[in-house]
Amino acid sequence: MNFSTYIVPLFVLFIILYGFKKKVPIYDSFLVGAKNGLVTIFKIAPAVIAMVFATNLFLNSHFLEFVFSYFNPVLEALNIPVSVLPMAMVRPISGTASLAIMSNIFDLYGPDSFVGRLASNLQGCTDTTIYVLALYFGSIKVTKTKHALSAGLFADAIGIIAAFLITFIFFG
Amino acid sequence: MVSIIWLFFIVIGTLFFILTGNIEALNNEILQGGAGGIKLLTEMLPLLVLWTGIMQIAEDSHLLDVFAKIVRPVLSKLFPSLPKDHPALGYIASNIAANALGLGSAATPFGLKAMECLQKDNPQKDTATEAMVTFLVLNTGGVTIVPTTVIALRMMYGSANPSEIILTSILATLCSNVSGLLFDYYKRRKKK
Repeated sequence: MNFSTYIVPLFVLFIILYGFKKKVPIYDSFLVGAKNGLVTIFKIAPAVIAMVFATNLFLNSHFLEFVFSYFNPVLEALNIPVSVLPMAMVRPISGTASLAIMSNIFDLYGPDSFVGRLASNLQGCTDTTIYVLALYFGSIKVTKTKHALSAGLFADAIGIIAAFLITFIFFG
Repeated sequence: MVSIIWLFFIVIGTLFFILTGNIEALNNEILQGGAGGIKLLTEMLPLLVLWTGIMQIAEDSHLLDVFAKIVRPVLSKLFPSLPKDHPALGYIASNIAANALGLGSAATPFGLKAMECLQKDNPQKDTATEAMVTFLVLNTGGVTIVPTTVIALRMMYGSANPSEIILTSILATLCSNVSGLLFDYYKRRKKK
């Protein structure tokens, strides 16, 4: 399982050795790249600050909890713990927020419960669409994003539905 | 489009804070709102700078070209608008590979670099190209093969089999990605 812990170090070592063998001025190359990295951080800073501000404002207003409080009776009847739906909703918006909800679910119900497995699959099924869009397009100053958002959210919705169904089929 | 989301978050958030009488919390949220972004940036900074440095070596030694050549047959089908030797393909491939292994934060520098490469050939600098949209659909779908963070957390909370969700995660992420790509494909065809 700890296979992936070896990947990064070996990858880095391989790149540096390969560069050295190909007679690339590795140290100078690194400095050029690192400088570009600093420039990148500088470029994405406005988009990151803008997006984190708005997401935090939205999540901390507890609007989602309010909306979902209406679904509670339905969810309880179906034996689905209330916290799973907000997690599904938050997943495309904030990775840290959905991770926090997942830890909370693990804590309350255990990772091997049905909900625990469902939460694990929800976390794995998609990425933070809105954040990635804002970051990637923000870094190159593209404002007209065509159908990127609708496609991303469509994929998220399908992924979330799939995570529910697949957990039911495999562990239900 | 991002502006609409941004507006939605701020308006709904602000109104709901006011409706629930949490004016003080709302004020705090606004006055300290920048701190969250700065915190995230400072968390990203060391890794991003280190990776762009390492990847520059890979670029200068043409290792990235070698890598791009291997994945080219598959990727060029997904990105028909790109010439087969486009430098962005190498970064796109690295980004997908890092994401697939659950190394999300390592994937970001590759992704940003890919966008930069794509932007160089973009005739309209404020408008996304077809390739950019397809890349983002792939990226936001999160092609995760080994969800390392989830497995680590399951382990921490004492799961009997932390990695039992790998297969089901892959199935879910496949559904998400394939549907996103089909959506993108359909939209592109409709325009022509």
